Amino acid sequence: MNVLIIGATSAIAKAAARQYAARGECLFLIARDDKRLQEMSEDLVVRGADSVNSASLDLLQHDQHSQAIDEAASVLGTIDIALVCHGSLPDQEQAENDFAAAEKALDINGLSVISLVTALAATMKLQGNGKIAVVTSVAGDRGRQPNFVYGAAKAMVSTYLQGLRGKLLPHGVQVIDIRPGLVDSPMTAHLEKGALFSSPETVAAKIVKSIDGNRHTVYAPGYWRLIMLVVKSIPEAIFKRLKF
Amino acid sequence: MQLAGWGRFPRVDAELIEPPTAQAVITVLKESDEEGTLIARGAGRSYGDSSLNTQVLSSRFLDSFSSFDEGSARLRCSAGVTIDELLKVSIPKGLFPAVVPGTKQVSIGGAIAADIHGKNHHRDGSFCDHVESLTLALASGEIKVCSTKKNKELFHATCGGMGLTGVILDATVNLEKVPSVFIRSQAIATKNLNHTIEQLEALNDNKFVVAWVDCLATGDELGRGIVHAGNFTEDAPMEYVRRWGPSVPFNTPSLMLNRYSMSWFNNFYYWLYNRPAGEDLDSYDSFFFPLDSIKHWNRLYGRKGFLQYQFLLPEDTAQKGTQAVLERVADAGKGSFLAVLKKFGAGNSNLLSFPGPGLTLTLDFKNEASLFPLLDELDKIVIENGGRHYLAKDARLSAETFKAGYPQWAKFKAVKDKVDPQQRFSSLQSQRIGLTTAKDERL
Ligand SMILES: Cc1cc2nc3c(=O)[nH]c(=O)nc-3n(C[C@H](O)[C@H](O)[C@H](O)COP(=O)(O)OP(=O)(O)OC[C@H]3O[C@@H](n4cnc5c(N)ncnc54)[C@H](O)[C@@H]3O)c2cc1C
Ligand SMILES: NC(=O)c1ccc[n+]([C@@H]2O[C@H](COP(=O)([O-])OP(=O)(O)OC[C@H]3O[C@@H](n4cnc5c(N)ncnc54)[C@H](OP(=O)(O)O)[C@@H]3O)[C@@H](O)[C@H]2O)c1
Repeated sequence: MNVLIIGATSAIAKAAARQYAARGECLFLIARDDKRLQEMSEDLVVRGADSVNSASLDLLQHDQHSQAIDEAASVLGTIDIALVCHGSLPDQEQAENDFAAAEKALDINGLSVISLVTALAATMKLQGNGKIAVVTSVAGDRGRQPNFVYGAAKAMVSTYLQGLRGKLLPHGVQVIDIRPGLVDSPMTAHLEKGALFSSPETVAAKIVKSIDGNRHTVYAPGYWRLIMLVVKSIPEAIFKRLKF
Repeated sequence: MQLAGWGRFPRVDAELIEPPTAQAVITVLKESDEEGTLIARGAGRSYGDSSLNTQVLSSRFLDSFSSFDEGSARLRCSAGVTIDELLKVSIPKGLFPAVVPGTKQVSIGGAIAADIHGKNHHRDGSFCDHVESLTLALASGEIKVCSTKKNKELFHATCGGMGLTGVILDATVNLEKVPSVFIRSQAIATKNLNHTIEQLEALNDNKFVVAWVDCLATGDELGRGIVHAGNFTEDAPMEYVRRWGPSVPFNTPSLMLNRYSMSWFNNFYYWLYNRPAGEDLDSYDSFFFPLDSIKHWNRLYGRKGFLQYQFLLPEDTAQKGTQAVLERVADAGKGSFLAVLKKFGAGNSNLLSFPGPGLTLTLDFKNEASLFPLLDELDKIVIENGGRHYLAKDARLSAETFKAGYPQWAKFKAVKDKVDPQQRFSSLQSQRIGLTTAKDERL
């Protein structure tokens, strides 16, 4: 199978790429750091990938997206699976008070993802098959005080994917929304790790399995569905006073 | 955050730095506070305080392979890659690490820093004897490639150097071609210590030889045990084993491991193998890494943790010294579940490597106040008999005892002073055993 991974150097994406490599898949990686892409390609070859190619791109450059997807498609032949995994956790205080910071966070976690998904949808429609998997977050399920700028971007993507899923159904293209809970990755390096944190490997295993199994909305690990159900059911009158 | 070694003693509050790349490690070294000291940490499988300090630099994200040449059986990877990850890529190619410890969850950096040994030390030496070269980041952020040919002095100080020369970023290791990853082994029950040592010697031409000792046996039976000897076999498959086992979810009351359960266990184990000689066929996973099947087994010792005690005695005093230690332990009634006796082969030129010709005994003990005076007594026996202690297991050795066991310590210190004049790399252990000064004394 041919797998395109965007935001490939993220801890979660890296773990997923390794699981695909161990299965002997052909990989195409997109991320912004050329040197790390090089290192990662070497690693994936040792781990058994059939082939690994890559392109470096700052994903805030929307105008380069469709060209990058075209390049991936022409190297891979067809894109069977596209996993979109990049993101960035902004400083909430700063994003709240300085719109430029909020705009950047909304872009990298929201708009840039939608731009990439637009290009992927076009390519896969032409192919007549394919799977688009996007890593969003449980943070999109409800706006919470400590991270609502990030959460708003993730919610935008999740809502977008819900609509797109139906649109692409007749074209044989699947859309999978993956919502991780708390993951012990560089993104959360500054946070104290409690029992609710999962490893990137655990989340990646869930991603790979859900893509294989044609799921649509996936919580990783699964118990986050329950946690978010509770969080979503708290009446707003009470919720607005909660600081978590 | 709270950090500890595998023995969960001691525990310290530490700042854990987890650089995402080798480049980021260099940035940390260049930019961090010159007054502060730090130590590298791999998978945290050393038992005591070797990888503890107020600042700890984790190799967790340095977990990539760079190249694997099947023809020369040579693999290059970052220091945070674990033996387990390595096995996933090497086994399908018919290759196996030349040396593996009793758990597959150690990092390559940790394996080099402790110059670890396996059940085949008498034949194949220790881990660093199979390291082609390594890349070291010095305190200044400068990078040095070291091998037995290049930066030789630094290589021999870094191998076995417990992280005190710098941060190992990556290494090239030589693997071994194996006929399968299954081991055919025999187990021989022995009557007493002399008999156990005799059998260890008699079986020495097997690739893997190790003895389990019943350390609660006394009198005529003191030192009785089971000697296991085995070899990779031709007629078995070559496949990575994925084993699922139970996990110890939380600290059990340390009462679980008391004299009685220990005595029961020791008797049971002896009984299990005390049978007419026969052969067993084990996967590499159950032969080398039996304890890995119980996740977090270290929690069985309760909240206060436990200490492992491993020493080496040279050939001429090995029997006498081991006997004295076992007698003292039996007298104190402080048995250990895992008492392992192994005959080492020749040592190497690494300045602080543990192995050398003689016998090594490993014991573990629940952490309790009455243990420490006993261990002090054992230290005396070991040093009087010309022996030394394994730093990767240690949490309490005195500077005098350490120095008596490692006469090359001053040479090591001289190399360290050259590459790390400000003593930036320092662990709680190195401060205790007098290889570096404690932070407040430096200021
Ligand atoms: C169940 C069990 C069985 C074991 N069996 C054996 C055995 O049979 N033989 C044996 O020899 N040992 C054995 N050990 C001990 C273990 O192999 C060593 O302690 C080894 O060093 C652990 O590696 P680690 O990656 O966990 O390192 P850590 O425990 O994290 O660190 C150990 C030392 O290595 C240094 N270090 C780690 N990474 C780096 C790096 N990148 N650069 C520089 N220094 C670094 C640290 O500073 C520290 O001094 C066993 C341990 C356990 C838990
Ligand atoms: N960690 C969590 O707790 C958690 C929880 C829920 C959801 N998620 C989501 O999971 C995904 C992966 O995150 P992670 O935890 O694996 O963290 P991570 O390792 O920090 O990954 C984030 C990745 O996004 C990339 N990125 C950021 N800005 C970019 C840009 N302008 N152009 C190109 N790439 C850019 C980063 O690239 P560089 O490496 O070059 O910086 C990095 O590889 C993200 O979408 C995140 O929102 C994470």
